[in-house]
Amino acid sequence: MDTKVDTTLTGQAKLSVRDLNFYYGAFHALKHINLEIPAKKVTAFIGPSGCGKSTLLRTFNRMFELYPEQHAEGEIMIDGENILKSKQDVSLIRAKIGMVFQKPTPFPMSIYDNIAFGVRLFETLPRVEMDERVEWALKKAALWNEVRDKLNQSGSGLSGGQQQRLCIARGIAIKPEVLLLDEPCSALDPISTGKIEELIHELKNDYTVVIVTHNMQQAARCSDYTAYMYLGDLIEFGPTSELFMKPKKKDTEDYITGRFG
Amino acid sequence: MSEKHLSTQFDTELSGISTRVLEMGGLVESQVAQAVYALTNFSGEIATEVLRQEERVNAMEIEIDRDLSTIIARRQPTARDLRLLIAISKTIANLERVGDEAARIARTVQRLINAGVSSRLRLPVNDLAYEAELAVAQLRKALDAFARLDTQKAVEVLKQDDQIDQEFDGLMRKLITYMMEDPRTISSSIDLIFVAKAIERVGDHAKNLAEVIIYIVKGTDVRHNPVETIESMVK
Repeated sequence: MDTKVDTTLTGQAKLSVRDLNFYYGAFHALKHINLEIPAKKVTAFIGPSGCGKSTLLRTFNRMFELYPEQHAEGEIMIDGENILKSKQDVSLIRAKIGMVFQKPTPFPMSIYDNIAFGVRLFETLPRVEMDERVEWALKKAALWNEVRDKLNQSGSGLSGGQQQRLCIARGIAIKPEVLLLDEPCSALDPISTGKIEELIHELKNDYTVVIVTHNMQQAARCSDYTAYMYLGDLIEFGPTSELFMKPKKKDTEDYITGRFG
Repeated sequence: MSEKHLSTQFDTELSGISTRVLEMGGLVESQVAQAVYALTNFSGEIATEVLRQEERVNAMEIEIDRDLSTIIARRQPTARDLRLLIAISKTIANLERVGDEAARIARTVQRLINAGVSSRLRLPVNDLAYEAELAVAQLRKALDAFARLDTQKAVEVLKQDDQIDQEFDGLMRKLITYMMEDPRTISSSIDLIFVAKAIERVGDHAKNLAEVIIYIVKGTDVRHNPVETIESMVK
């Protein structure tokens, strides 16, 4: 399968993936992926279950290293450094490349501490500045107005949509450069989904956002670039408007028009 | 569309709406043919029939438009499917205008008859009939190309549009000669100029239809390009 994708159209790349291969034990899950993730844009990964889109996302902050039988080969360059070979502490990489998961995962602590917890790992801030940071992150995540009067209450008391926005607030509180969103709306109702999509649109002013989604319309709505993957191959990558209106590959067209399978 | 969707219901909706576009196309095609027949035979009865059909064409346009909105809202189509639906929206607007041109011709026929004009004036109605034959053939070919999503045939339609334009220019010269030779024909000749123009527009609508067929299949908007360029785009 031809994995060479025209990257000249993406402008400045924040992450450059070069000949990336990924294995779950003997299973070859990502095959020679070459991809440039444009800076300060939203890039969506779409494809059927098992195509490798979440796997690819999880290589960007070495999340897979939690499992010894999984390994990645190739290069993922950020600011001239290969993430996969970096001698840097992995938690510093994850501070730079934050992640939000499919299911909201608030820590069993107050709303305030959910956000302050991550910040304390990397910075020692005086109380006032910490308060400001928490407020800033909650405002960014469009949650401030809903929780400003109950910052000391438990995060798990929030609704699913609020919890997910809390997780996004927690992710951006440590000021990462890249935000990885793995199916952030799959457990949410349309209104919460709408709020998160609005938030994604806001976030790209400051961050590079990569989102994995099963919901094609969501990719069409909120991304600038879309990558279509199938069985571990990157089939097509391009501006979202082009990919959804006039895809270059027939496989992509069959998938997005629902002729797949 | 050659391949099936996972949702057979979606397939049924798309093929159903395409079929109705062709039905509407067939209707306006016969409307134009009948309007011209009414002209060459000075038949007020057939002219009235053409006007009566116009209501059906208008109703069909509204109905197809409504179904288009429903499909878009319910299915959120993308790529080829979306292009097909956008193209249908443009196509039915064009077909409805073809119907308007036919009605315009029919009203002219009624006016000529009411003014007491008859075949005795020996106006060049047969030349108009020839121009109309070309235009109707173009329309039929475009509808055929739409049914099969045949871009080659669509290009042929674009290439042949010149013929109608030439025929129109020829008719214009002829009618001017008539008017100069016999000023009594001026009023009816002017009517015929409008008819010739209406027929020429039918050809233009066939051309628009051919262009959207290329858009559906290739995803390229070929409007406002010379036909040679379009031909190379389609290859």
